[in-house]
Amino acid sequence: MYHYTDFDDAFLKERNAQFRAQVERRIDGSLTEDEFKPLRLMNGLYLQLHAYMLRVAIPYGTLNSRQMEKLADIADRWDKGYGHFTTRQNIQYNWPELRDVPDMLDALAEVNMHAIQTSGNTIRNVTADHFAGAAADEVADPRPVAELIRQWSTDHPEFQFLPRKFKVAVTGAAADRAVIKAHDIGLQIVEKDGTLGFKVIVGGGLGRTPMIGKVLYEFVSQEDLLPTLEAIVSVYNLLGRRDNKYKARIKITVHENGIEDIRARVDSRYKLIREQFTGIDQQMLARIEADFATPTFVKSDVTPYHSTYQHDPLFRSWADTNIAAHKNPDYAIVSISLKAHGKTPGDATSRQMRLMAQLAKRYGHDELRISHEQNVILPHVHKGDLPSVYYALKAEGLGTANIGLISDIIACPGMDYCALATARSIPIAQEIATHFDALKLEHEVGPLKIKISGCINACGHHHVGHIGILGLDRAGVENYQITLGGDGTEDAQIGERAGPGFSADEIIPAVERIVMAYLDLRDSPAETFLNTYRRLGLAPFKAALYPEAAANAA
Amino acid sequence: MPKPFTPKVVTANALLEGDVIYLSADGWTRDLSQADVLTDEADADLRLIEASAQVDTVVGVYLADVDVQDGVPVPVHFREAFRAKGPSNYIHGKQEAPQQEQL
Ligand code: HEM
Ligand code: SF4
Repeated sequence: MYHYTDFDDAFLKERNAQFRAQVERRIDGSLTEDEFKPLRLMNGLYLQLHAYMLRVAIPYGTLNSRQMEKLADIADRWDKGYGHFTTRQNIQYNWPELRDVPDMLDALAEVNMHAIQTSGNTIRNVTADHFAGAAADEVADPRPVAELIRQWSTDHPEFQFLPRKFKVAVTGAAADRAVIKAHDIGLQIVEKDGTLGFKVIVGGGLGRTPMIGKVLYEFVSQEDLLPTLEAIVSVYNLLGRRDNKYKARIKITVHENGIEDIRARVDSRYKLIREQFTGIDQQMLARIEADFATPTFVKSDVTPYHSTYQHDPLFRSWADTNIAAHKNPDYAIVSISLKAHGKTPGDATSRQMRLMAQLAKRYGHDELRISHEQNVILPHVHKGDLPSVYYALKAEGLGTANIGLISDIIACPGMDYCALATARSIPIAQEIATHFDALKLEHEVGPLKIKISGCINACGHHHVGHIGILGLDRAGVENYQITLGGDGTEDAQIGERAGPGFSADEIIPAVERIVMAYLDLRDSPAETFLNTYRRLGLAPFKAALYPEAAANAA
Repeated sequence: MPKPFTPKVVTANALLEGDVIYLSADGWTRDLSQADVLTDEADADLRLIEASAQVDTVVGVYLADVDVQDGVPVPVHFREAFRAKGPSNYIHGKQEAPQQEQL
């Protein structure tokens, strides 16, 4: 875990004091809304449908128990007793009052947290694989470098007014759990001839024009990473379209200029600035790496795990879906589902946050992660402790055994909260989850990712959902469009639009028809939905979705 | 032919709480049913300008379409229905504590 320096502490204090004065001046009328809005956005404060919304960064999704407890305290004291974890590893509070926000930021600062650059046209919260530092398949922990990027980008004077927001994701494993190909810059730690470096991908993004990123460099050495990033963002800062908000992302810059042209420009910019990087960043990285040392694992009895696994089918079902392989075979990575059937995806109550913090303290080396799939991870749990962890979670409604299954849905806030939305997302997610739970089909269906956004901005990642759902406004009525075959992993793909949209009443039956078609079409239970889709293509699913059109064509 | 003017209310968010408010005969209200229904275009424009000038109490003033049923304004578009009531996943917002208080 990164430890703040005196410099970091002083920086946050000063920044919060500045914002407190700005809020006061807004309230006493000396600042107009037009003057105040960019200032509040610089501190993560939005105005949404029914209230303000404060977006707090959780850098690379990593938290300790004190920080999680503080998030719970803030939810109780200044919000409505819960928080919403997002696909960008942030937490959003939906009900703060303007006057209270400076106090909330001060409370966050007590545990080294903040809301800086969670909005605005800057480099946003750097995200990372939520299994970082624990995964069995990882080449190296991506978090030290994510922290270095955070320090480099925070308040970077050249990059405060980019053409548009800028998002960086890092993974240390070949299996991509950080959706790096749908980010402005995606970084993958790779090994070449025994040394670690980075594969650099640029120009991915979702939103109005979804695109999969392209490889800019197959291998950049650790010492060259920051100068390379600086060169990329500089080139984008100059070249990025400022005439049209929708064309301002680097994905459009790469698309319009071509990857070779971008590479040539980055190369020449790199040559110009390389010598400014004298190696201090590498000293910083070494210091940061020490903060992320692997915890000391204990050797203890794993039999409680095996015996509970045999005797309690509920525990077995949970262990089968919610546990992933840890680099230490006596340990496990636990994914805590924030997707109880019928609940709001990504929401956790303050009680639940406190319980997760306690479990992390007691059984998890004091570490927690937030996943881009809106779940919480305990990255280092000894297998012998899994039954205790499970029963404690279950008692607080956190024991749902559905990670990666049909009800583990990503849903953006949609029209229930978001001022930009064109339709609701949350109730659709709630209904799908309860419907398939009632059918008792979820485990039979197996791995299937449904992702829902309430507008074209694609915060819910619908383009990379195996089944993606996009809420739209069709003549004043909520309408839902389906895309199929999307994938957010290392084999990233943008889903294909299936056809005309469905009303709110029709969307659940439509999803059911797709799922039933899959169960019919798969060559064995081992063939996942995505693999069946890849083998057969859109046609049979389209026929199932639109039976009337299929009948007429026949 | 110009489009006929349909009934509207003046709406905004409160500066301090951020919640949805409407202009009534005597100031701002949180309750859509208390809002003044504007049926005359010139009058609506005038009220909009007046309301927009209150920069130290309200944010984002605009005119929203309403239907009038039994003399009471109700939202035309579903977005306004959510604004008038609150989110649909929790009993939060206006549905939590029905209040008629004036701003
Ligand atoms: C309610 C407040 C929110 C607002 C006003 C908002 C606004 C936006 C906007 C305007 C974009 C489009 C940017 C562009 O493509 O240029 C966007 C994209 C995005 N937002 Fe949000 N968002 C909100 C909440 C969320 C939440 C809750 C999540 C996660 C669940 C999220 C995650 C994302 C992601 C992942 C994108 C992706 C597209 C990309 O940059 O490629 N946002 N958001
Ligand atoms: S996808 Fe649209 S509706 Fe959903 S949170 Fe993003 S901006 Fe709001």
